[in-house]
Amino acid sequence: MALRPAANGDRNRQGVLVLVLLALLLVLACVVSLGVGPTGVGLADLWAYASGNAASLSTQERVILEAVRLPRTALGLLVGMGLAVSGAMMQGLFRNPLADPGIVGVTSGAGLAAVAAIIFGNGLLAPFAMLLGNQFLPLMAFFGGLFNTWLLYVIATRDGRTSTTGLILSGIAIGALTGALMGLMIVMADDRQLRDITFWSLGSLGGATFGRVMSILPFIIAVLAIMPFVARGLDALVLGDAAAFHMGIPVQRLKRLVIVAVAAACGSTVAVAGSIGFVGIVVPHLLRLAMGPSHRFLLPGSALGGAALLLIADSVARTVAAPAELPIGVITALFGAPVFLFLLLGRGGMGMRELP
Amino acid sequence: MIRAHNITVTRSGRKLVDDVSITLTPGLFTAVIGPNGAGKSTLLKVLCGELIPDTGSVTYADSAGSSQKPAALARLRAVLPQATQLAFPFSALEIVRMGAVAQGAMNPTAEARKALARVGLRGFENRPYPSLSGGEQQRVQFARALAQVPQPVVSGVPRALFLDEPTASLDLGHQIAVLEIARDFAAAGGMVLAILHDLNLTAEFADRLVVLNHGRMVAEGPCLETVQDDVIASVYGITGAVGRLPPSHIPYVLPQSRHR
Repeated sequence: MALRPAANGDRNRQGVLVLVLLALLLVLACVVSLGVGPTGVGLADLWAYASGNAASLSTQERVILEAVRLPRTALGLLVGMGLAVSGAMMQGLFRNPLADPGIVGVTSGAGLAAVAAIIFGNGLLAPFAMLLGNQFLPLMAFFGGLFNTWLLYVIATRDGRTSTTGLILSGIAIGALTGALMGLMIVMADDRQLRDITFWSLGSLGGATFGRVMSILPFIIAVLAIMPFVARGLDALVLGDAAAFHMGIPVQRLKRLVIVAVAAACGSTVAVAGSIGFVGIVVPHLLRLAMGPSHRFLLPGSALGGAALLLIADSVARTVAAPAELPIGVITALFGAPVFLFLLLGRGGMGMRELP
Repeated sequence: MIRAHNITVTRSGRKLVDDVSITLTPGLFTAVIGPNGAGKSTLLKVLCGELIPDTGSVTYADSAGSSQKPAALARLRAVLPQATQLAFPFSALEIVRMGAVAQGAMNPTAEARKALARVGLRGFENRPYPSLSGGEQQRVQFARALAQVPQPVVSGVPRALFLDEPTASLDLGHQIAVLEIARDFAAAGGMVLAILHDLNLTAEFADRLVVLNHGRMVAEGPCLETVQDDVIASVYGITGAVGRLPPSHIPYVLPQSRHR
């Protein structure tokens, strides 16, 4: 992104400009997501519908727009926001640009609980499954994510302090344990369950309904509402726990708040869309290059950028092999992993680069 | 005034700080010296409220320092830590602005520019912190601390500067420049506590000296009384060094403040 250098070191204006561009990009992504698909309902129909001329569409076209495209776009928007913001927050919390809920085992905790829900839904956990109905899987995944985050926090916290190294190492250990338990469960699964698990573990917005949108909405709203209150603290935390405290940040309270926010954002997205990788790492990374590392701009920028990225990726997933649909996790990994490697090898954003 | 009473900090059965009482008086530059592992940094952490001592208490003016909210403490004192590494490429200006924001500045960006100029880093605003040299990074951190307490006294309440080895990676000229700013801060009614290793610099700038060894305070008072052969010998194991000139074939440069 070609931006004029901020010669005086003040990147506030640059940050606002990038936020405006991202908002425009998101609007564009929403239009594409609503107007593109394998069914032949296109942008012209979307325009007719949006301009109050819905009567000119057939019932089938209206159903596609209202019951298929709209919830799917809304879900993609919320999931993208959750993934990118949880990534940005976790990187700030761990002072590590490569940290990600996927790395410290939050995603795998949610995943394990979801797999358990799929496999034991008809047996051991049947009473809960009956009681909760469609909310059974999302809730299980959310609590799985929260449990792993809590476990991580308890293990890695000594004398009321959470060390970054301890957190990451414990996260890797917990992730490995969770992965092993998941492997055990997969051995027990039958063919149909296995297909469910595979599809779910690659991530998809395919099952989007307004029910799912409503189940994730409160989580994402809560996380977005927290952003302004943690942005300054996360900036100060970059200088270390002690320096942040010296500058008046209640460090332990900030960390607890961020951990719960990350679990809520990550767990709820995993619950409704499976595990979709790389959004939480690539979006904040690219944004740091464009607008600088300050969380005052990075967090809202990640929300907008993550949503736009996921909607575009989902539009590609729906159309590129139509009428078949690719798992969205495959798309995000296909372009996310090379971008990530490029950033890593180029050392762009690793602190060695001059400001844009 | 900041008072510490009978501070003891024990970690893994070892007393890092052992029954130390110390008072920071407005208008005075207090230096803490002592060998490695003497408990200097631990004492500084207790005084600035970062570490709660196992026994003893710290009071800021009248209220207990450890019971103050971090945000309230941040307006009373700033801390310059030892070398700080950053994972993200914040610009020098953005780092210093954090200090100004912590102080509640109306225009933190302008305050940050002022603080950078004070440490001689005008024109460095746009430089990414990780690309600066160790000494420049140290001065950016010092500017951040200055931006957090720009006035030594605000409506009658003195502010404090805690400096943990502020001269560690600086050249001689900048060592003196930094200590001059700290001395001016104290002279204007603020409180300064600095951990130093260079005894010559200490003698030049400090009004009061605290000598720590094995966590205990072994000497305390004006430099003329504390920098004595018996103290230096017992703490550093070097005898007869005070006031002795090196042999004539070794040139020496003692730090001299530019104006005194």
